[in-house]
Amino acid sequence: MSRYILRRLLIAIPTLIVISFVVFAILALAPTDPLAQFGADPRVPPEVRERIRESLGLNDPWPVRYVKWVTSVARLDFGYSFMSRGPVMDLIAQRLPNTLAVVGVAYVIGVLFAIPIGMVSAIKRYSVFDHMSTTFAFIGFSVPTFFTGLLLIIIFSVKLHWLPFIYDSNLKVTNLATLGDQIKQSIMPITVLALFNTATIARYTRSEMLEHLPLDYVRTARSKGLKERFVVLRHVLRNSLIPVVTLVALGIPAVFGGAIVTEQIFRVPGIGELLVRSIGQGDTPVVAGILLIFAVLVVLFNLVADVLYGVLDPRIRYS
Amino acid sequence: MPGAVELRRPARSLWKDAWYQFQRHRLAMAGLVTFLFLVIFTLVGPVVYSTPVNAIDFTVSLQGSSSTHPFGTDDLGRDILARAMIGGRISIAVGIVSVLIAITLGLFIGAIAGYFAKLDSPLMRLTDLFLSLPILPLLLVIVYLFRDTLRTAFGPELGVFLMIVGVIGILNWMPVARLVRASFLSLKQKEFVEAARSVGDPDSRIIMKHIIPNVLSPVLVAATIGVGGAILTESTLSFLGLGFPSDVTTWGRLLYDAKDYLDIAPHWAFFPGMLIFLTVLSINYVGDGLRDALDPRKG
Repeated sequence: MSRYILRRLLIAIPTLIVISFVVFAILALAPTDPLAQFGADPRVPPEVRERIRESLGLNDPWPVRYVKWVTSVARLDFGYSFMSRGPVMDLIAQRLPNTLAVVGVAYVIGVLFAIPIGMVSAIKRYSVFDHMSTTFAFIGFSVPTFFTGLLLIIIFSVKLHWLPFIYDSNLKVTNLATLGDQIKQSIMPITVLALFNTATIARYTRSEMLEHLPLDYVRTARSKGLKERFVVLRHVLRNSLIPVVTLVALGIPAVFGGAIVTEQIFRVPGIGELLVRSIGQGDTPVVAGILLIFAVLVVLFNLVADVLYGVLDPRIRYS
Repeated sequence: MPGAVELRRPARSLWKDAWYQFQRHRLAMAGLVTFLFLVIFTLVGPVVYSTPVNAIDFTVSLQGSSSTHPFGTDDLGRDILARAMIGGRISIAVGIVSVLIAITLGLFIGAIAGYFAKLDSPLMRLTDLFLSLPILPLLLVIVYLFRDTLRTAFGPELGVFLMIVGVIGILNWMPVARLVRASFLSLKQKEFVEAARSVGDPDSRIIMKHIIPNVLSPVLVAATIGVGGAILTESTLSFLGLGFPSDVTTWGRLLYDAKDYLDIAPHWAFFPGMLIFLTVLSINYVGDGLRDALDPRKG
C-alpha cells in the first residue's frame, strides 16, 4: 500500500510540472502585456518602463523565465503581486481560510444531507419521497449557482431583511451575538454551494444503492434473518459508499471552482474573489499562483480518491 | 392455408425503439417540448415580438412587468423580454457548438486510443492531464487574456463566440474520450469486428462503419447533458464579467448587468435567470430520458 502511494506521488510530480507549464504558457503567450496596467501612468517615460521590464526579468527568453518561476514556486515563493506589492503567498494565505470555511462547511453539509437522501430514495424507489428528491436533484444541478445566490439575496436580504448580503470578514467571533452574526452571514453562501453538492452526491448514492440492492449477498443477508435495517446499513450502504467516497474526493476541486462564483456574489474575500479581481487587474503573479494552487488541489484530491478506493475496497490490491 | 394472417410487422430500428421508449418517459417529453419551445422563443420570438432590443427610454427605466414590457425594463429603459430572446440565441448556440467540438475531439481521441493499442497509454495520459486542469479558473484567465485580440481579429460577436466555444470545447472532451475508449476496447474484440477484418476492411472503415455506430448512444446522452453544462459555463463566465462584452446580449450577461439593481429591480435578474434554469433543466431531463431509452437492458 505505501509503495503504491509513493508511486502515485511520483506520478503526480510530472503532472504538476506539465500543468505549471500550461499555466505559464497561457500567461506568457497572452497578447496582454503584464505591464499594461502596472506602470500605466503616462508620465512614466518609455526608458523607465523598459528598465522596469528589465528588472522584472520580462525581457528574458521564455525558457529562462519558466525555469526561474518554477524553481521559486517549488520553494513556495510565488513572487510579488503587481498591485499590492505584497508577496503572493501572503495574499493567498490571508484569503484561503475564508474560502476553506465556506467551501468546507458547505461540502460537509452537502454530504451529510445527500447520503441519507440518496439512501432512502433508493430503498423506497418510485415513492413520493424518491420523486421529490429526484426533482430536487435535477433542480440542484440545473440552476446556476449565481442565480440561486441572487434569488436568495432578493428573498432574504432585499424583501425580508433577515440576512446581510455582504460577507464581513472582519467579524471576529467573540460572544454569542457575533457568533449569531457569523452564522447569519454564512447561511446564504453555504446554502448555495451545498445545494449543488447535495444534488450530485444524493443522485450518485441512489444509483449506487440501486445497483447493490438486487445482488446475491443482500439476499443472503436477508435469508439469514437479519433485520432489514441491519442489511441496508451494514451491508448495502457500506458497499455502495465506496464509489461515493471517491466521488466526494474528486468533487472537491469542482467545489472550489463553484466557490469563485459564490464568493463573487456574496463578496466573500476568498481566493476565488481574489482570482477574479486579479484577472481584472492583470496581476499576473497572483493569477499564476492561484491557478497553480487549484491545480495542486485537483491532483491532490485525485490521489486521495485513488488511495481511499484502495483502503475501502479490499478487492483492489496494488502490486 | 386460407385466411392465414400475415404475421409481419414493420421493421423497427434502434432509433425507432428508442423514440418509442423516450415518449413513455413523461418528464423527458416535457423537457423536450420545453426545450423546443425555448428554441422557437429565441429564434422566432424577435421576429414576432416587435419591441426593439436597443431602444433606450429613460422614462420607463427599471420598471417591473407590464403589458408593454412583459419582463420589465433595465436601467436604460430597454425591454428585457426582447433582450432575453436575442440573448438566448447566443447562449443556446454556445451550448450546442461547444459540445459539438468536445464530442468531435472526444470521439477522435477515444477511438484512436481504444483501437490502436500503442497510442492508448500516451493518449490516456493526455486525458488524465486535461482532467487535472482547474477548468473554471483556467477558462476565466484564457478568456480575459485573449478576448481583445480575437475581438479585433473577428469582430466583437464572432471573435468572442469562437473563443468561448473553442475553450469550453477543448476543456471538456475528456469524459467523452474515456467513454469512447472503453467502448472501443470491448467492441474491437467482438466477432463482427473480426468478421469485418477477415474480409479485408481497412482500419478506417472498421472504425467508422462498424464500431462508431455502436458507441453513439452513450455519446449522445453525454452530449445532451453537456449542452446544459456548456450553457451554464457560458452564463457563469458572462456573469463574472468575463464572457461576451457588454454590447453582445446573452442570458448570463443580463444577470451580470442586473446584479447591482437587485433591490430596486429584481425582475431584471429573475427572468433571464429563470430562462437559463428552464433551458438547462429541460436538457437534463431529455438526457435522462435518452439514457433510459437507449439502454438495451431496459424496455
